[in-house]
Amino acid sequence: MSAPITLRIAPALAVRTVAAWLVALLIFFPIAFMLLTSFKTELQAISVSTMWHFTPTLENYTLVQSRSDYLLYAKNSVITSVVSTLLGLLIAAPAAYSMAFFPSRRTKDILMWMLGTKMMPAVGALVPVYVLAQSSSLLDTRLGLIIVFTLSNLPLMVWMLYSHFKEIPPDILEACRMDGANLWDECRHVLLPLSLGGLASTGLLCLVLSWNEAFWSLNLTAAHAGTLAALIASYSSPEGLFWAKLSAASVMAIAPIVVFGWFSQKQLVQGLTFGAVK
Amino acid sequence: MAFLQLRGVEKFFGAHRAIKGIDLTIEKGEFVVFVGPSGCGKSTLLRLIAGLESIDGGTLTLDGRDITRLPSAKRDLAMVFQSYALYPHMTVAENMSFALRLAKEDPDVIQKKVERAAEILNLGPYLERLPKALSGGQRQRVAIGRAIVRAPKVFLFDEPLSNLDAALRGQTRVEIAKLHRELGATSIYVTHDQVEAMTLADRVVVLRDGAIEQVGTPMELYDRPANRFVAQFIGTPQMNVVESAEVPLAGTQGKHAAFVGMRPEALRLTAVGRGQISARVELIEALGAETLVYLHTQRGAQIVLRQNERTALTPGEAVGVDVDMAHLHLFDADGRLLAAHH
Repeated sequence: MSAPITLRIAPALAVRTVAAWLVALLIFFPIAFMLLTSFKTELQAISVSTMWHFTPTLENYTLVQSRSDYLLYAKNSVITSVVSTLLGLLIAAPAAYSMAFFPSRRTKDILMWMLGTKMMPAVGALVPVYVLAQSSSLLDTRLGLIIVFTLSNLPLMVWMLYSHFKEIPPDILEACRMDGANLWDECRHVLLPLSLGGLASTGLLCLVLSWNEAFWSLNLTAAHAGTLAALIASYSSPEGLFWAKLSAASVMAIAPIVVFGWFSQKQLVQGLTFGAVK
Repeated sequence: MAFLQLRGVEKFFGAHRAIKGIDLTIEKGEFVVFVGPSGCGKSTLLRLIAGLESIDGGTLTLDGRDITRLPSAKRDLAMVFQSYALYPHMTVAENMSFALRLAKEDPDVIQKKVERAAEILNLGPYLERLPKALSGGQRQRVAIGRAIVRAPKVFLFDEPLSNLDAALRGQTRVEIAKLHRELGATSIYVTHDQVEAMTLADRVVVLRDGAIEQVGTPMELYDRPANRFVAQFIGTPQMNVVESAEVPLAGTQGKHAAFVGMRPEALRLTAVGRGQISARVELIEALGAETLVYLHTQRGAQIVLRQNERTALTPGEAVGVDVDMAHLHLFDADGRLLAAHH
């Protein structure tokens, strides 16, 4: 009985599997190519004949390590992305709480306005932000970068947490108030456990966004507070051969966040599709 | 002395005056039901008492203490929500003990109270389960248990049975009535279902458009409704209210009456040409124990008659209707009661 059905479904499944693999490979190709290039010499990197066949070398990695202080950039990346994420959560969670559970007539407008600020290209704010950073001695400091990262991620964080909080029935929080809980008890015993997933996925996403952020780190930092994004950029040059070294620097820059993202991808996807798929 | 007292309690939503100055006194141990059509403000009034909405005017005192501006957490009231509102991440035992744990009660005392409540509500085997592993009826019992363990000054129920199916609703209604008898706790219960109101209440508060229409025991409301609205809201099928010309009335009150109310059981079928009203049968609903006869009177009114006997009548047949003149309700043109003949 089941055999003909299986046969009918099988081709569709095969097509879908092949399509999924194609798309996945297409997306993965630049990363794979970068990984391969990072193990080639500069000459092999620009030669077509050695596209797939070459003797791997680690010289680019040792070169990158000796020419620039990888650990300093990595430390800057870790500190700026982690601190800006935590700070962002600290500001976004109360904002999202009040908008989700005590909405006013203007709540929807405020949410739209906040999202609207993300529509403006960052370069439009570059000069004022640069001048502000300069006049408050925040240029090339981690603090300056943290402030910019936090503020630029804030709209997204508020939106994500808002939609997570919206999924919690307000009755439950009211029940908890009737049970004698003050605001702190309410957050600690009920809101936090119920929105842990949302907080985690929001935090993860912003961590990745801050890590990958290049525009502000390139423009606001130099030798002291530069992040890994700035490190990569320093290997691009208008002349000479630099592809292999650039690839090695890039691999070193993205490796931590790729590994991190790999282990937390379930949370990330869940956070992004929350409410839409449910 | 009044246990819970509302004086001129008001609530505005924007410019809309949702609660229009409620005066109400509730005695200790009383079971009071707020009933009314949807949108009448009964749930809002309960939420004002609970402190979940702020009171815009008037005062609220509980046990001699002014609680008008007190946050919910400090009012010592427990509420059972329509949606149960259980904490989904806590077991049944944790749900029920949450308030006591917040109040830093002795763990041994908490355990005893939870076990006692579980025993009363037959929840013993489920104490370690999460709410999602319970049926709707069990969840509602946990919600009630959560209120019981606290021994609050007043129990508030916000349409607690409307999410249950009909059979379970009847059963839980009986359980709530029994529980109230055993615990003797002061309770306020909101419902749109007048059967719940009639069966549970010591006193019923009928609300319409944010104002009280009448307060009284269920039988008072049934026998002496203060106006047309209450008369037609309480009782199924509802009271027949017809223009006074339909029924021959005697006396001075009869002259002032604009409308006459007749309960379906105050009417009796009789032979054509006899009785006070001539009518034609429109529809018969035979329910077994009772039969409802829907009639179209000669003057054009629709009335319904209830009798215990079955009938061989068929739609279209002409009949006479004998009216029990001793059980009429006379209303003036504004729908206010003139007098109930008893």
